[in-house]
Amino acid sequence: MIAASSNSTRISQRFADLRASGELGIIAYITAGDPSLDATLKFVLALAEAGADIIELGVPFSDPLADGPTIQRASERALKSGISLAGVIDLVHRIRQSSQVPLILFSYYNPILQMGLEKFARAASEAGADGVLATDLTPEESADYRRILAAHNLDTIFLGAPTSTEERLAKIAGVSSGFLYLISRTGVTGAKDALPDDLPVLIRRARAVTQLPIAVGFGISLPGHVSVLGRLADAAVVGSALVSEIENAKSIDAACAALAARIRSLKQAATYGLSRREVAP
Amino acid sequence: MSSILQSPTTAPGRFGPYGGRYVPETLMVPLFELERAYEIAKSDVSFQAQLQSLLKNFAGRPTPLQFASRLTEHLGGPRIYLKREDLLHTGAHKINNAIGQGLLALKMGKPRIVAETGAGQHGVASATIAAHLGLECVVYMGTEDMARQALNVARMRLLGAQVVAVASGSRTLKDAINEAMRDWVTNVRTTHYLLGSVLGAHPYPTMVRDFQSIIGREAREQILAAEKRLPTHLFACVGGGSNAIGLFYAFLRDSEVKMVGIEAGGRGSELGEHAARLAAAQGYAGARPGVLQGTYTYVLQNSDGQIAATHSISAGLDYPAIGPEHAWLADQHRAQYAAVSDSAALDAAQTLARTEGIIPALESAHAIAGLIERRAQFTPDDLIIVNLSGRGDKDMDTYSRLL
Repeated sequence: MIAASSNSTRISQRFADLRASGELGIIAYITAGDPSLDATLKFVLALAEAGADIIELGVPFSDPLADGPTIQRASERALKSGISLAGVIDLVHRIRQSSQVPLILFSYYNPILQMGLEKFARAASEAGADGVLATDLTPEESADYRRILAAHNLDTIFLGAPTSTEERLAKIAGVSSGFLYLISRTGVTGAKDALPDDLPVLIRRARAVTQLPIAVGFGISLPGHVSVLGRLADAAVVGSALVSEIENAKSIDAACAALAARIRSLKQAATYGLSRREVAP
Repeated sequence: MSSILQSPTTAPGRFGPYGGRYVPETLMVPLFELERAYEIAKSDVSFQAQLQSLLKNFAGRPTPLQFASRLTEHLGGPRIYLKREDLLHTGAHKINNAIGQGLLALKMGKPRIVAETGAGQHGVASATIAAHLGLECVVYMGTEDMARQALNVARMRLLGAQVVAVASGSRTLKDAINEAMRDWVTNVRTTHYLLGSVLGAHPYPTMVRDFQSIIGREAREQILAAEKRLPTHLFACVGGGSNAIGLFYAFLRDSEVKMVGIEAGGRGSELGEHAARLAAAQGYAGARPGVLQGTYTYVLQNSDGQIAATHSISAGLDYPAIGPEHAWLADQHRAQYAAVSDSAALDAAQTLARTEGIIPALESAHAIAGLIERRAQFTPDDLIIVNLSGRGDKDMDTYSRLL
């Protein structure tokens, strides 16, 4: 049994370690239950073993309106195999038997709301989750959610967007714990070739209003992206590219190998060369 | 006066506990901008003049409030009036809102609009106003709805709109909204989302209601002129609920006027067989408050919070959530909601066609069916307005196949 008080520090501790080593963190997203919870358990362990710093477990939802086709298909596959939020929380518990990798539940709001905020927060915390991100929940609508999750030592991670004003970025950072998640571009999730030109400006705008570590996601898939981000952000989130590896693999073991290879190549770009940053004093 | 009459909206964008703004962060600032633009437009003399001119000269307002003498005779009781929104340009009430939001898109400097459509009426209205105002228009439509409303697909294309087929999920209105929102979140700097019902994040439920409330304002004046008294009952079909709130809103303070919203009972009461969100009293299963597509309201869903499949013969009513203001009116017992079956709606369409010489849209036929099913409850003193929200041309394939 993991003490509840240790939960909220896993994410912060990982960012502190990354900052000390001057290394960009790699956050790996996969959809839980795609194609089964047993497979997801193997994938998470493979990702962590290969060097992923934080894992986001996507909770499948019937109407993923912030997601592009790759994660939509993953959600559909997971729902077809009967995955529920309760099943994903149970998976967190199983992961914790063998790994201390920081874990974030990445969900749309309705499944959480239907479970009940208190029941959800208690179950997620007891299972060993470290934080929660609800895609369609903003600071304005989340007072109860934040109070209850904080009471269970769960980090509440909110999204900042290219359309967010300075005032909003400050507000979002003010209610976020663990880190601030910046969406790199207007749009839905999905791998893209190039990073948006205005991304450095967005990251600088966010830095100006918060001390929290900053992770950048949406459209990140290549070592080159990571190299660029290394000098700007604290972590890069890779999602659709990993989900595609799972979709295209011939077997669960082959998917594990492909995921690990992806993470190693990204981690290498994060650790060496251009992306290497000055170690914080 | 009860509290609802003073303050139907208890917080910005809230109707009691319902409504709100549950969207990805990227859309928050655009929603604030839309809210601000709409607030300014409300008191902008030139905007209002343009709106009134288009409603009158382009859409054909005011619409008649027609005494339905043979339907009245057929039902043998109450006096029945039809608010003839079906006579509007493009064939349904949807144009009222499309004109308003089209003008707002121009004001905001957005050259492109996206819209979702179920029955195709909102898509046609959006394509129409886009053509009229010189805006680019993309309409998302489920493939199942494209098949059953093929005429409207052809109309949108003739009007110069791009119709994008949506083959995900249930391939109906809900999935078209998901896809329209994905387009909007991607192209938000150049694009206005012309949402067609009283759904979605604030300010849509309020703004769309306001653009549709002309239906009830006209009807209230017309019935007072014709009958020298207020109606006893209002009937309207409810998918998202824009024609219903459009009729109801001007009568909210008239506490003696009963309001009845008719939902799609489909082919059965089990979850998946219907689209009745507020008819649990009739045994329709699966509706609970939840968050879907930006708003907190009654949603058909399973116990895990996954949104349920719905069924209705009417594409425009085939949707798992109801506008948040309707959820609040139901909680307050200010309006009643009930469902009628696919077959009752078909029968009602035939009855209206043969008694009044009007072929209604399948959506509006639900309102007529709700009225017919309650015929025994009325007295000859009752005075009823039914919102005939759209005409049936688009449904001729279904009618000729099933009647």
